[in-house]
Amino acid sequence: MTIYADNAATTRLSDAALQAMIPFLTDNYGNPSSLHSVGQRANEALTAARESVAGSLGAQPREITFTSGGSEADNQAIMTAAALGAKKGKKHIVSTAFEHHAVLHTLNKLQKQGYEITLLDVHENGMVTPEQVAEAIREDTCLVTVMTANNEIGTIQPIKEIAAVCREKKVLCHTDAVQAVGHIPVDVKDLGVDMLSLSGHKFHGPKGVGALYCRRGILLSSLIEGGAQERGKRAGTENIAGIVGMAAALEESVRNLADNMAKMQRVRDRLIEGLGEIEHSVLNGDRAQRLPGNVNYCFEGIEGESILLLLDDKGVCASSGSACTSGSLDPSHVLLAIGRPHEIAHGSLRLSIDETMTLNDADYIIRSVKETVALLRGMSPVWRDLVSGKKEFITK
Amino acid sequence: MALYSEKVMDHFRNPRNVGVIEDADAVGEVGNAKCGDIMKIYLKIDNDVITDVKFETFGCGSAIASASMATELIKGKPLSEALELTNRAVVEALDGLPTHKIHCSVLAEEVIKAALKDYYDRNGIAYDPAMFPDDHDCENCELH
Repeated sequence: MTIYADNAATTRLSDAALQAMIPFLTDNYGNPSSLHSVGQRANEALTAARESVAGSLGAQPREITFTSGGSEADNQAIMTAAALGAKKGKKHIVSTAFEHHAVLHTLNKLQKQGYEITLLDVHENGMVTPEQVAEAIREDTCLVTVMTANNEIGTIQPIKEIAAVCREKKVLCHTDAVQAVGHIPVDVKDLGVDMLSLSGHKFHGPKGVGALYCRRGILLSSLIEGGAQERGKRAGTENIAGIVGMAAALEESVRNLADNMAKMQRVRDRLIEGLGEIEHSVLNGDRAQRLPGNVNYCFEGIEGESILLLLDDKGVCASSGSACTSGSLDPSHVLLAIGRPHEIAHGSLRLSIDETMTLNDADYIIRSVKETVALLRGMSPVWRDLVSGKKEFITK
Repeated sequence: MALYSEKVMDHFRNPRNVGVIEDADAVGEVGNAKCGDIMKIYLKIDNDVITDVKFETFGCGSAIASASMATELIKGKPLSEALELTNRAVVEALDGLPTHKIHCSVLAEEVIKAALKDYYDRNGIAYDPAMFPDDHDCENCELH
């Protein structure tokens, strides 16, 4: 038995996506740039997919550029805004401390090139405010980039309000919506953002494909030079099967959005309540402003990787922000950003569910986590010191 | 390939010698919760032989497995032999560790040394301080 609770990492390919893709992995293998009928069939599929993705986001088809995924879309959006800013002598960018590394590392690169970066502090509940953004914007600010929903703790940011601040101050606004698209309503015109990144495999589409929404009137810079694909903004023969699959998955996700959100929230809330019964645990991220599928807890006195390994033995696939799982000495930058001390950030567990998870699955997960936490605490010298009063508990 | 060898998983799932010895003759503790790994070891020593050993670990799978294996390697052994236990021996006994987990075996070696130092200190036994390097430096975890 396997209960997959790591949908923020990646999701299962939907049947609709797979069926849409198969013809383009078999008979319809044409290159959309070819003049002959085989190529043109592929080109028609590309056009239809662009219309579909645009429609799902409330955008115009020409505002959609297909990329290799969310990371590329983030890179391209930020590099575009940086290049546009530099032309006007504006080299300051505002972002947050808990962005995805696709954003943070791109900003690091720009910093080395002479840009100034302001990373907003994230409140303990995993939120940033439009007021913080307004205060951080300067005369020379060329971009504000804030994620729509955080990938670890699932908090949903006030992007509409942040975009309004940006518009008023005439600063470009980008959002990394990789975790949000297909999970909560995302309409680019309603949000009022200038650029938005998404990734196919986060909503039951295939891996290796994503898209960048870029509002009409903003000149995208290309990261990959070559042919004139994607109106010259992204060279390379298009990943037709991937693009078609992503469009199909997105259409399906958007069509079932309200139903799926309701289903997932019910299961999520059961998990949050059940795991909250574990003593000296703390929920990471705001309870209300959170993705319907995200649960993230820290358990004091134990370490995350060992939690994951024992859960895997019980058939539960999850993830953690511990240093051991990140391959570095520091635990998750997201948990540190919301003020969790290293000691408890190491003991984090993220469960990210999809609409197929049942309440029974949730109950099984709760039992499994409770057993695992008890077992590991039983052999933890830290837990012993906490219980004996030698050290003070950080959590309640 | 799986992240860990079968040996590591076995020692992680069924750690040997977990627990506490209330009247231990020596106790060692290394690491810190900030780094994400702490090992604590308790020894009973009789006639310079380790007659019993227990451990506790806060840490990842390989930290728990390294501590478990280390206790197996020193149980029933004379102190002189325990002193010579290297992290390499722990890694080899576990059929290898991923490179970024080598530090777990370093902690296992260090925790035994810390306990032995405690034993010498408690009993006023002279030793060469060079045998017991100072605090563990997380940045310097390498195979040796």
